[in-house]
Amino acid sequence: MINPMTKKPNKNKVEQGTNEEAPAIHVAPSPHISDSVFTTRKMMVDVLIALLPLVFMSIYIFEFYAVKQLVICLASCLGAEALFVKIRHKSFTLTDFSAVVTAIILALSLPGTAPWYVGVIASVVAISIGKIIFGGLGMNIFNPAMVGRAFVMISFASVMGAAAYTDAGAVVDAITQATPMDAFKQTGVTGSISHLFWGLTNGSLGETSAIAALIGGLYLCIRRTASWEIPAGIFTAVFLIAGAADVSGAFSGHLVLHHLFGGALLFGAFFIATDPVTSPLTSKGKFIFGIGTGLFIMLFRLFSGYPEGVMFAVLLMNAVTPLINRWTIPRPLGEV
Amino acid sequence: MGLLGFKNFPGKGSFPHGIHPPDHKTLSAGSAIEVIPPPAKVVLPLLQNIGAPCEPVVKPKQEVAFGELIGIGKAFVSASLHAPISGKIQKIGVTTLPNGRHLPAIFIKADENQMSGQALWDEVLGGDWPKDCPGAHNPETISKAINDAGVVGLGGAAFPTHVKIMPDDKKIINTLMINGCECEPYLTPDYRLMVEAPGAIVTGALLAGRTVAAKEIVVCVEDNKPEAIEKLREAARDTVIKIAVLKTKYPQGSEKQLIKAVLNLEVPLGGLPGDVGVAMSNVGTIAAVARGVIKGKPLTHRVISVTGAGVVNPKNILTPIGISLGEVIEFCGGLTRDAARMIAGGPMMGFAFSDLNTPVTKGTSGVTVLTHEDVRKDEETSCVRCGRCVDACPMKLVPTRLAMAARYEKVSLAETYNIMACFECGCCTYVCPANIKLVQLIRIGKAQIAASRKK
Repeated sequence: MINPMTKKPNKNKVEQGTNEEAPAIHVAPSPHISDSVFTTRKMMVDVLIALLPLVFMSIYIFEFYAVKQLVICLASCLGAEALFVKIRHKSFTLTDFSAVVTAIILALSLPGTAPWYVGVIASVVAISIGKIIFGGLGMNIFNPAMVGRAFVMISFASVMGAAAYTDAGAVVDAITQATPMDAFKQTGVTGSISHLFWGLTNGSLGETSAIAALIGGLYLCIRRTASWEIPAGIFTAVFLIAGAADVSGAFSGHLVLHHLFGGALLFGAFFIATDPVTSPLTSKGKFIFGIGTGLFIMLFRLFSGYPEGVMFAVLLMNAVTPLINRWTIPRPLGEV
Repeated sequence: MGLLGFKNFPGKGSFPHGIHPPDHKTLSAGSAIEVIPPPAKVVLPLLQNIGAPCEPVVKPKQEVAFGELIGIGKAFVSASLHAPISGKIQKIGVTTLPNGRHLPAIFIKADENQMSGQALWDEVLGGDWPKDCPGAHNPETISKAINDAGVVGLGGAAFPTHVKIMPDDKKIINTLMINGCECEPYLTPDYRLMVEAPGAIVTGALLAGRTVAAKEIVVCVEDNKPEAIEKLREAARDTVIKIAVLKTKYPQGSEKQLIKAVLNLEVPLGGLPGDVGVAMSNVGTIAAVARGVIKGKPLTHRVISVTGAGVVNPKNILTPIGISLGEVIEFCGGLTRDAARMIAGGPMMGFAFSDLNTPVTKGTSGVTVLTHEDVRKDEETSCVRCGRCVDACPMKLVPTRLAMAARYEKVSLAETYNIMACFECGCCTYVCPANIKLVQLIRIGKAQIAASRKK
């Protein structure tokens, strides 16, 4: 105990200060306390935890193919991050785990059949052009993983196109079939909804299992690491448009479920579109962002040459995010 | 409890957004108010209200009695100053307050005949507080008595009370709200006052209600203070006073948020509660009003909390205005070894100070001493635009935008996002996962705007 009137706190007797030289009493502007539980790093760890069911299902379904892409993307993303951060003379940023999140989301969005260099190039592009070039974490306009994926999808159409997902000679069952989205595009017939739900179909590594995406996604929303408004907006738009297509084509509900559970919709809605950096700030803005993403997804799925549209839809809406932010400046309490 | 108490009011018993920081009120909530022994000297800054400073009416070496007028507030928005002890004026010097302002101040050296202990308690807050009194006082005399007593808002803003509590034919006041929310973590002086002197609060509320011709009088308390609610209900029995029990949340004690929570009214941006027919006073202020009107005694003492893990024996004390913060800390056993930051006020909006000679002013609600553990802060990282600050801001602003506009000196962007609506409650900085000092940057942004308007 120190008597404040007679004895000034001794500089050298700080017991719990961070360093010996720190004064015992210091001043700073308010507030003097903070919520120490919730940090950016913990948000990233939350996303990694939520991705676990998808990683598990991808390895269960695609076995070696999934492990290969995950390892390639992780190594390339972390390597690229370390390299570019060093080039820019910035402090070490690997510990914020954002590169790990980008790597896993990117790996899970690739087909198991893609050759090794696709993952490497996608990773390097995701980190460099997707993120670092804008100034690093928090500054990027587009979702880095999707930038990487879009780059390789356009550059290597032959190994990334819908047909390339299928390899009749593969040892893993799922890969011998066409993806459900492509099958529907070609034949107009929806496949088994229960296969889509559990994930026993071909597709990008992390997108096939609806249940895994739902479990991870709900965890993120409950933890408020992801904003529920974005998936809610996407589901609303997809439900309405797929519903209209369903009724007009007399699919008796199958088509709605096909679009909700099939392809990268759930994976994209919960894990890609919810990237806070590239989505709007306010609740209202987030919902508008979700609706827009859902609209574009259905536009691509129904009317474009591609069977799937999640990646392009998210990138397009990323570009609109600054505009949405400008339209949705909230009305302060008391403004007429 | 909130729902039950809220059937009589249009509001929801809470306001949008806000935060739930750990309140740590148990450190001092259980200790009854103690009367601190009279100090050897007091330092009384001439400016202890939000308006103009008062003018000294005493000279060095002059003897003053307890309660004697020593500074007179001549401007409309100003407050008079009275001697909290009897003694001799030493000098009119300068002192520095925790908010950084250097102010002229009257220094008084105590003589030997000081009122202390129980006698002082009885003098300030004790005795009977009549509930049928308002009839005996007319609005003009009440308002004048408040002005004469030098009463200012004791919740922290120190707005001269006679300006709020005055008869005005042009301004219709529907509701007089007595603010006992005390949403700031750690602090408990209002809580102890509500428990130990509810009579003074009830009498003061009735007097103030009569002055502004309020149609209803509501005392607002958060549901984490059940004992205060019970004591107030008892004291307010057979009066027109209603008790509103609100769901505990920070910053409920902010007047705009409280009006929204209880009455579901929004005070216009840049406006005052009077614009929506509300007058609001803190419970401590209203007790000082009662004392000023019923006993004719000025505001010379107030209740403060000295609390936090950095204080050996956290307490609530009745202290004279002008006593040094060092003395009140010493009275509470001094600082612990790991004390790291001394704050005048609470941890969310209080001012850190380093000079133990800094005096207690009328607006000082307590001293909170935090430890290294409490104030530990990690390094700032990049904003990932997660929107937590947006979800926390009780004014529905976009703090991250405001802070970045301030950092890069984009004045017009800050104005587009309504930076001046921010009242600096600190919720945004509290929640920020990237440890960005949002409200601190926003303060800089507000200063930039003030500077650009001057040009």
